[in-house]
Amino acid sequence: MIKGEIMREVAILGVGMTKFGISEKTNIEMFAEAGLDAIIQSNVEPKDIEALYFGNCLGGFEEGQLHMAPFAHAELGLPVSAPATRFESACATATVAIRHAALLVGAGVYDLVLAGGTERATTMGTPFATRTFAMASQAQYEYPAGITFPGVFAMAAHMYADKYGIPLKELKRHMAEVAVKNHHHGSMNPKAHFQKEIDLETVLGGMMVADPLQLFDCCPFSDGASAVVLAEAEKARDLVKKPIYVAGMGQASGGPLYLQQDLTRVRAREASISQAYKESGVGPDDIDVVELHDCFTIAEILALESFGFYEFGKAYDAATKRETYLEGKVVVNPSGGLKAKGHPIGATGAAQMTEIVEQLRGESGPRQVEGAKIGLVDTLGGDFGTICNIILRN
Amino acid sequence: MDPKLTFDQYQRGLEKGKFLGLKCNNCNAVTFPPMAVCRSCGGTALKVTEIGGEGILRTFTVIRVAHEGMDPPYVTAMVETDEGAWVMGNLVGINPDDADMRLMGQRVRLGTQPIKDDIYSAGHSRGITFTLQPS
Repeated sequence: MIKGEIMREVAILGVGMTKFGISEKTNIEMFAEAGLDAIIQSNVEPKDIEALYFGNCLGGFEEGQLHMAPFAHAELGLPVSAPATRFESACATATVAIRHAALLVGAGVYDLVLAGGTERATTMGTPFATRTFAMASQAQYEYPAGITFPGVFAMAAHMYADKYGIPLKELKRHMAEVAVKNHHHGSMNPKAHFQKEIDLETVLGGMMVADPLQLFDCCPFSDGASAVVLAEAEKARDLVKKPIYVAGMGQASGGPLYLQQDLTRVRAREASISQAYKESGVGPDDIDVVELHDCFTIAEILALESFGFYEFGKAYDAATKRETYLEGKVVVNPSGGLKAKGHPIGATGAAQMTEIVEQLRGESGPRQVEGAKIGLVDTLGGDFGTICNIILRN
Repeated sequence: MDPKLTFDQYQRGLEKGKFLGLKCNNCNAVTFPPMAVCRSCGGTALKVTEIGGEGILRTFTVIRVAHEGMDPPYVTAMVETDEGAWVMGNLVGINPDDADMRLMGQRVRLGTQPIKDDIYSAGHSRGITFTLQPS
């Protein structure tokens, strides 16, 4: 689609997110909290919202609640005429919901919509949560091998070390530096699940989860919600002082691991980011700040290479060289990322959007990326099965 | 269009020690595990074929925190079969604590093992195993 010819320009007005962590609130209560904050910040009222794009993955297992979208809609007082639709794309759920909201605003179907997601993973406990998360792996041909999500990224890490001839011990030290960096950023985020610094020894001394990934290579199970309000750009300018514009988007699909084969190259991400670069007219050198899908430390390294920030096989020591820190050449996960901010899977993409919107408005306080003009959101669903990218500008 | 080889038929093959896949009449690629179309060219002119059951281990992990109902530690791996298709399974016959980077590129033979069902899985019977071949 070419903006201005077929598609209308779309902007983000307001954003909201709960604190991520362990919550006593229900999925719908959390979503209403984030949604109302986003609506109030947009200088509109719930009755003005024309559609809800709602993300949730595992509500059936978390609270015995399916078909959550119309209940979230009612909780927020949205009008009956506004359809509420649930999205599920594993960990990429909210980003996919927001992308479709932006497409429909861009296409002129709606002028003002709410999109985001909620997840309450901690009600399940770790063994059952690990089972339900594994439902996002291929159920007939891959789940029977006892694969888990840490296991998928562990296999990618072994392949990366082998392919590029990096001794595993050395790769693990650089991976640990990604966790140290994201916890450092998270220590400045009052909404992060973990707000404390960690050191290299802590990461390398952690319990082994799936060789070679240790506990601190992995993001946590978290509860939380996040939401954004989108509008046609002219309407956005009438309503708020600092609308943040959707410059380009991409989404692509990967399929089961037995078809992906080389797990060091996330083909779906390469396809998705090239769509987003093409639509926005920007390239890797133009991006000031990134919120990317660091569900595991190796995942951040793979993403940096897919974006073209680094050549393939060269991003493994980016955090060690401090190139991805707040003061680095491209700031990666200033929120703390999934690692420290937490990962309520159905909400994660909206929280990434929230961070980039606040960064581009210059409202991120101690973790502000000075002068940030263009930001990138990257969300991965399942075992590389879905990738969604959104490029924003101020 | 009816599938040429269903999951159920694939499972019955595993029960007899046969690894059933699909060979493409158009490009000769072997699709294993089965799909509705050729994994390589997307063609639908497919015929059921039995694969040889050998390949090369391309990556692995030792699962130490497993989902409920599993008995960790165990080794999960991906193998490139001699026919070119990749498949996931469990490396058996070694102590998981001995699994390290020396496994990469090793030749393996495919086998099968019973799978523990749970209430969410719709009736698996057997999964794929890998056994290291003497070099």
